[in-house]
Amino acid sequence: MSTATDTSPTGARLDALRTEGRAALVGYLPVGFPDVERSIEAVLAMVDAGVDVVEIGVPYTDPVMDGPVIQRAAEAALAGGARVRDVLRVVEAVAERSGGRVPALVMTYWNPVLRYGVDAFARDLSGAGGAGLITPDLIPDEGADWIAASREHDLDRVFLVAPSSTPERLALTARASRGFVYAASTMGVTGTRDQVGDRAEQLVADTRAAGAEHVCVGLGVSSGDQAAEVGRFADGVIVGSALVRPLLTDRPWADRLDGLRSTVAELADGVRRSRRAVPGAAS
Amino acid sequence: MPEQPVREALTETLAHQVLGRLADVEGPYFGQFGGRFVPEALIAALDELETEYRKALGDPAFTDELARLHREYTGRPSPLTEVPRFAEHCGGADAGHRVFLKREDLNHTGSHKINNVLGQALLVKRMGKTRVIAETGAGQHGVATATAAALLDLECVVYMGEEDTRRQALNVARMRLLGAEVVPVTIGSRTLKDAINEALRDWVANVESTHYLLGTVTGPHPFPEMVREFHRIIGEEAREQILERTGRLPDAVAACVGGGSNALGIFNAFLDDEGVTLHGFEAGGEGIESGRHAARFSGGAPGVLHGARSYLLQDDDGQTLPSHSVSAGLDYPSVGPAHSWLHDLGRATYEPVTDDEAMEAFRLLCRTEGIIPAIESAHALAGAQRLGREAAEAGRTGQVILVNLSGRGDKDVATAATWFGLLDEQDTTEQATAPEGDQ
Repeated sequence: MSTATDTSPTGARLDALRTEGRAALVGYLPVGFPDVERSIEAVLAMVDAGVDVVEIGVPYTDPVMDGPVIQRAAEAALAGGARVRDVLRVVEAVAERSGGRVPALVMTYWNPVLRYGVDAFARDLSGAGGAGLITPDLIPDEGADWIAASREHDLDRVFLVAPSSTPERLALTARASRGFVYAASTMGVTGTRDQVGDRAEQLVADTRAAGAEHVCVGLGVSSGDQAAEVGRFADGVIVGSALVRPLLTDRPWADRLDGLRSTVAELADGVRRSRRAVPGAAS
Repeated sequence: MPEQPVREALTETLAHQVLGRLADVEGPYFGQFGGRFVPEALIAALDELETEYRKALGDPAFTDELARLHREYTGRPSPLTEVPRFAEHCGGADAGHRVFLKREDLNHTGSHKINNVLGQALLVKRMGKTRVIAETGAGQHGVATATAAALLDLECVVYMGEEDTRRQALNVARMRLLGAEVVPVTIGSRTLKDAINEALRDWVANVESTHYLLGTVTGPHPFPEMVREFHRIIGEEAREQILERTGRLPDAVAACVGGGSNALGIFNAFLDDEGVTLHGFEAGGEGIESGRHAARFSGGAPGVLHGARSYLLQDDDGQTLPSHSVSAGLDYPSVGPAHSWLHDLGRATYEPVTDDEAMEAFRLLCRTEGIIPAIESAHALAGAQRLGREAAEAGRTGQVILVNLSGRGDKDVATAATWFGLLDEQDTTEQATAPEGDQ
């Protein structure tokens, strides 16, 4: 385990919430949808409405880990001219609004970072006050450049594990990650589901056993009840498509923001109902 | 985790690889290219696939069965045909060049694609999976996959960009006749790249029952290496055939390069023959300067797409740029990592051939030799013409040029008929709307 884990802003936030006896709500929105200015408004609305950690998506032409909702938003963002560097503006806005209380992670496919320059991106993200990166198509095995750059610039590295991950790969990923490990609740892409995979709880337990200090669960969570259920066993509940969906309607923008706020409020209530049987216990 | 910067490690890998036989290089890296840039959810399946494929290649039960299918089902070995009337248009009759076509168009299903598909489908049976998915552009790989799925009793779903289902409507019908489900992909640019995205999403969700029968030498390790292994038979046969016919190795080998499977298949047998030059021809579309092409080596830069690091058409933000070609099978913004490696090593050259040049070579082969090539393969034919011309200009006569004729052109008749204005007025709107979007 890297000693730098102790200084992870995201890890510290998850620890603080753990002592309150609840899981974190991690909210995802893409930059640039419907345009950069309004995507900043939406992310700040999400922060004000109660997310604990922000995940800002970089729109990408070939998002193979995303379902139709996030694909549509990404496609519209790119059509509207969103640039990779715009994500830094959103990160700055979150850092300013929350006074650094809400860690801002960037979720990005790998090629935009490669093209920007791995070290340059890490430097600029750190300069903007960002907490780190979530990398859905970068496994630690291919991540030597990123691991070096994130150490240099003191950033979190959130790698993913899946129900198909072997114990060896869980250990490898836990070792390489800083902040938390992202556990995909089910085999599949992002999107809302009626049920969160029943393998999620086992995966979280296995990932902890493999050495991870913090494990958050994503894919499929959309309701307060699901957030409460997942919050029972995970350090954080990651929600994406359910937050993007209210923004994809053709209602007036103010109404769409209201829709987003009420979804965040329901989910925030859910993680607060997830109070553990043994507060403070890791598993 | 390794602290060493990736580039240094890769340089070492490259040095190691150069010392061995180029034809036998194993993944995950070809020089600095290749790798596994995919979601973690797929890694266990890729590991399983690599293990099974290596075991299978060493198991006579597998290799014998594959050889039997090649012989009795596909019709291998495919012939080598000398094309003297076409050769007169490669640098002129005075140049005295000899041109030979490796006839992958005569394989069952009409292209080289069947070689890889049968190999992978037999692997699927060994792994106990019951469902295959595939992407297709021109439809040739989809048809080959649907064929193997019918033969080996596998459920089959083929993802195809909506734009391509329109361009290649006959192949959609062929796949459905063979019992496959064809899913038109309606997101993104609606072509091959988006079909691959959709197939990857399906695979992530269904990986326990499903094998992704990837159709070319791209994708995450072990696909680039494994698909090369299933296609190396093209070059091995051709090398033997041309030695028998001419008593020597060819001077040049030409192939079209989309993902690059037919090219790697024929190049591979000659990689370690120093005197043989290797030439890949990419889709130059409407010309490099037009921006409407699929010439990754002329207009692209290294980047990551669909699991591998390779040359890629991309913008300053690393967003994938749309590709363009009259040929759906070459219309792909990236290329197999082994080709990027051969390019950077200087072992093979890669040049664009425009739509116009390819269609002229297409017409020429029809008229001089009575062979209707796939428009993809017509890019290699145009390349052979260029090679013959350049050799003649340099004073080299009597060259032997080997061309991989990777597929037949039945699927392209509507496109060609419109291109050359061969249909009567009233038929034009009904039968020949296919290629308009791309010309």
